[in-house]
Amino acid sequence: MMDTEIDRGLLEKIADLIGKPVGAFNIRKDSGCDGRQSTEHIEITSKEDKPGIDIRVKPGTVGETCYIPVIITKSGLREMVYNDFFIGEGCDVDIVAGCGIHNCGGEESRHDGVHTFYVGKGARVRYTEKHYGEGDGTGGRIMNPQTVVYLEEGASIQMETVQIRGIDSTKRSTKIVCGKGAEAVVTERLLTHGDQTAESDMEIILDGEDSKGRVISRSVAQDRSEQVFYPRMVGNAPCFGHVQCDSIIMGTAKIKSIPAITANCTEAQLVHEAAIGKIAGDQLLKLETLGLTEEEAEDCILKGFLA
Amino acid sequence: MLELKHLSYAVHEDGGELGILNDISLTVGGGRLVVFTGPNGGGKTTLAKSIMGLVKPTAGRILWNGQDVTDLGITERAKLGISYGFQQPPRFKGLTVRDLLTLASGDGTLSKDRCCQYLTRVGLCANDYLDREVDASLSGGEVKRIEIASILARNAKLMIFDEPEAGIDLWSFARLTETFEQLHAAGGATMIIISHQERIISLADEVIVVGDGQIRHRGTPAEILPQILADTLGTCPVLRKEAMAQ
Repeated sequence: MMDTEIDRGLLEKIADLIGKPVGAFNIRKDSGCDGRQSTEHIEITSKEDKPGIDIRVKPGTVGETCYIPVIITKSGLREMVYNDFFIGEGCDVDIVAGCGIHNCGGEESRHDGVHTFYVGKGARVRYTEKHYGEGDGTGGRIMNPQTVVYLEEGASIQMETVQIRGIDSTKRSTKIVCGKGAEAVVTERLLTHGDQTAESDMEIILDGEDSKGRVISRSVAQDRSEQVFYPRMVGNAPCFGHVQCDSIIMGTAKIKSIPAITANCTEAQLVHEAAIGKIAGDQLLKLETLGLTEEEAEDCILKGFLA
Repeated sequence: MLELKHLSYAVHEDGGELGILNDISLTVGGGRLVVFTGPNGGGKTTLAKSIMGLVKPTAGRILWNGQDVTDLGITERAKLGISYGFQQPPRFKGLTVRDLLTLASGDGTLSKDRCCQYLTRVGLCANDYLDREVDASLSGGEVKRIEIASILARNAKLMIFDEPEAGIDLWSFARLTETFEQLHAAGGATMIIISHQERIISLADEVIVVGDGQIRHRGTPAEILPQILADTLGTCPVLRKEAMAQ
């Protein structure tokens, strides 16, 4: 497990993992299982009908973390994986996913993953997903993650997705259905450069009374890269929803941001904000007066924005 | 010591040339506190910005401790110990107050205690502010005070403050004038403050009235304050009439 320098580097980037994780984990490497551990409260089993795993968290499990990173180091490898999460009532757990591709060959490497969460009554989940690509090959590094979340009464998910660098093409799809009093907070961070393209399609459906949804999306498009955001919030009951998309555009990049809010109930309160702009000149000047060079100031602003 | 020699700044407008600064020469000795005051649009901010390198003068030279800095960029001047507190500081999504103070101090491991000291001197509590982002969630007065704290954290030899009192409530203003007074008493830095506030003007070793891109008057606060009042009455026919009626 984690036997090469490349493996270790990727795992640290995508899951902050150094050494063997504590608690439940499943490390998927080049379409095989590179290590797995279940615990008393979290059981991980392989799916029998298709690639992927089932993760079952016993009701009442509090304070445990489950790591399920995926790494691809072979050029030309393509996979489609289905992971299902069954989070019991009253749980409070962290799930750390993420995918790293190291491609030094000429063929396209691609990971498509479908994650489906069933979150029981009153349970809280923090879900982190980092995507990262590296390697000097000409082959593309492609990731298309799909996340579907069903929140039962009073359940919540805090979903944090980060695409750090090096993903040539991504098409991300997220759908969250909130039951009564449930809450979904999605924080998205995305950086594209070179000729990369990224698309993020998101739908939060506020079905239950007093449900809440919040999307905070921040992105930076550099060079000639292109991004499209399509976050949608649908209010079917008395609920509160807020969508906020902020993008910094650089070089000759293109960004399209199309937030949509739909109310199917008079008591639905929905707000959206979207902004695209270049780095403000006065921000650069301020940091230069603190002794930073223009390049350092730019880096600092982008790092803060995507933190 | 700061020396400005025949400094001019002009912009081209409608085919003609409009002078913003006209042949300003000025010397500010080390450790002195000088206040620039005068009517809006008179050239104070342009003058202060040209010292930091934010505005490039069209003629004249700027010397800082004997070194000609006229052709140096902002970053290089900052590294030579010149600092500038903006009148309307920018906001940063994602940068926290702690980040900004750390950047300003140039010390990557700036302790919470030190941050606390800088913030206290502008009337802010570190516990409430350190981890907050310097974004639109802060009020104008809060951003302004954080801006001033960032200049304190720089610990620069030349501190320029552009209307530090603007947008700040009365209670914080009192704390701020105390801070300027203490800084001046400590004597380590030369300070240039653009201000219209009598309290700040009265702290100055020298007051320079800038108007129409020129130095109109200079002197001690005791000499200049009555002068400012006379000027105000002198230029406004309504005020002059009222003053005569009294």
